Amino acid sequence: MEDRPSGQLPEPLHARPVPRPGRWVSAVVVLVLVAMAVNALVTNPNFRWDTVWLYLRDVIVVRGVGWTLVLTFGSMALAIVLAVMLAVMRRSDNPVMRGVSWFWIWFFRGTPIYTQLVFWGLLSVLYPRLSLGVPFGPEFFTFTTQDVITAFWAALLGLALNESAYLAEIVRAGLSSVDPGQTEAAKALGMKDGKILRRIVLPQAMRVIVPPTGNETISMLKTTSLVLAVPFTLELTYATNAIGNRIFQPIPLLIVAALWYLLITSVLMVGQHYLERYYGRGFDGGRTGGGRGPRGGRGRKPRKQDLIGASGTTKDDPFLEVTP
Amino acid sequence: MTGTATSETAPDAMVAVRDVHKVFGRGHDAVHVLKGVDLDVARGSVTVVLGPSGSGKSTLLRCVNELEEITAGSIHVDGDLMGYRRDEKGVLHRLHPKVIAKQRSRIGMVFQRFHLFPHKTALENVMEAPVQVRGLSRAEARKRALELLERVGLSDRINHYPAQLSGGQQQRVAIARALAMDPELMLFDEPTSALDPELVGEVLAVMQDLARSGMTMIVVTHEIGFAREVADHVVFMDDGAIVEEGPPADVLDNPAEPRLRDFLAHVL
Repeated sequence: MEDRPSGQLPEPLHARPVPRPGRWVSAVVVLVLVAMAVNALVTNPNFRWDTVWLYLRDVIVVRGVGWTLVLTFGSMALAIVLAVMLAVMRRSDNPVMRGVSWFWIWFFRGTPIYTQLVFWGLLSVLYPRLSLGVPFGPEFFTFTTQDVITAFWAALLGLALNESAYLAEIVRAGLSSVDPGQTEAAKALGMKDGKILRRIVLPQAMRVIVPPTGNETISMLKTTSLVLAVPFTLELTYATNAIGNRIFQPIPLLIVAALWYLLITSVLMVGQHYLERYYGRGFDGGRTGGGRGPRGGRGRKPRKQDLIGASGTTKDDPFLEVTP
Repeated sequence: MTGTATSETAPDAMVAVRDVHKVFGRGHDAVHVLKGVDLDVARGSVTVVLGPSGSGKSTLLRCVNELEEITAGSIHVDGDLMGYRRDEKGVLHRLHPKVIAKQRSRIGMVFQRFHLFPHKTALENVMEAPVQVRGLSRAEARKRALELLERVGLSDRINHYPAQLSGGQQQRVAIARALAMDPELMLFDEPTSALDPELVGEVLAVMQDLARSGMTMIVVTHEIGFAREVADHVVFMDDGAIVEEGPPADVLDNPAEPRLRDFLAHVL
């Protein structure tokens, strides 16, 4: 499989390491501080760990977790769709498209999410009735706003529209990161613009888009706690606060919420790791395609090159010395 | 800028370039890159374009398959006006991008920097356009792609990603990718300039093989040896215009133009 080393490998050098007493001292100091912190957490009865454990599995709390997840993934999904549209509009030749996209991003990034959520909650006051029909012409269907935009939908829309502005910038950066030569090569093969975007540019942009989007998802998980501004009252933070106030023990319930947020974040981080690996295929030498290796190739040469590359002493841009 | 597009194509010409001008930018920043280029490329022939950098050779090539819009003049490929349509009254219309994409799909192009799709394996790179543009089934496209990869000598590398291939191998995959669309014309834009010297030969061999099979080719290159051996027609460009052209023996061994003599002295 691998390059077999030719002949006998030389005996590596044996040298005494440089003494580093400072490392030992600093490590001991930090460990003592950590021990003190853990001790303070565990021994202080005011944390009421028994109550934490009890309410961690409470029906209302678990249902709150469910709603928080629905809000997080629902709004992120909607935001991603909007963001790709906004980013493509931003790069359009049509000045109206560019202008609208710019305005959208300017507005939703420029106002606080809390304000936007309150606004969406008040939509039914501003526009008691919504209708479908010809613009400035006859109406076909009319709804009562309150029936259509419930507190849940107001919360979801509010989060998604705000997030779409941030994601649009991330997507735009991703699209710009793809070598224009890729578009040219695809064009030269006779591919149409839409196909070039979907099959060539976006998949490569994903490598740049996924890490900050994972970041945004984790951020969104916690931003959902603001939807009490709508007011939507079923998600995790509101649920735990309500219980804490009812039983006059706010601190254990805050810890319950924190533990759940930490758990979900940890799961999201694992997911992000696999997504990054998938979209990094073909970019990281040997370890490609979700750990499938060089897809059936025995790849003698690349592996050796990987080792050289891993030493970090060479440039891996093959064109570095070619272009003047 | 003169030149209304006239369609006086030579009957056997695969490519007919007539008084083509290309200006980049406008106003004070305008750069006049092509200054009235005329060129005929006969069906089944190999034309090598030589010239110092900045002489407009790559731009000319990119104009032929509409990667650049020409400013004035006309380009016909296989009798079709590229990028435009002239109606009965003689009014010129820009073609819809879909129609231009269709025109391009009949012309293969190989780039200096390969531009393989890095997220796709060698096989997937070659299969992409036949499946996505011509609507071939994956099985058909795969069969054809395997044939082409064998033809360029890469049967043992089909599942490698571009990053796992040497420059010469990448360029051969790029040639296979272009051939997968069964082009009637192949454009090569300095295909060996980004390669280590020891890898140039393998790419030139594939190109020579292709020329022998009767493919019409326009090759921008600095490989004088290739021009001498493979070209039917050699064109020397300088400062946006063709200053000398003819059979390789005449142009390379008996250059009339002092600029060409100077260029050859530097390249050889």
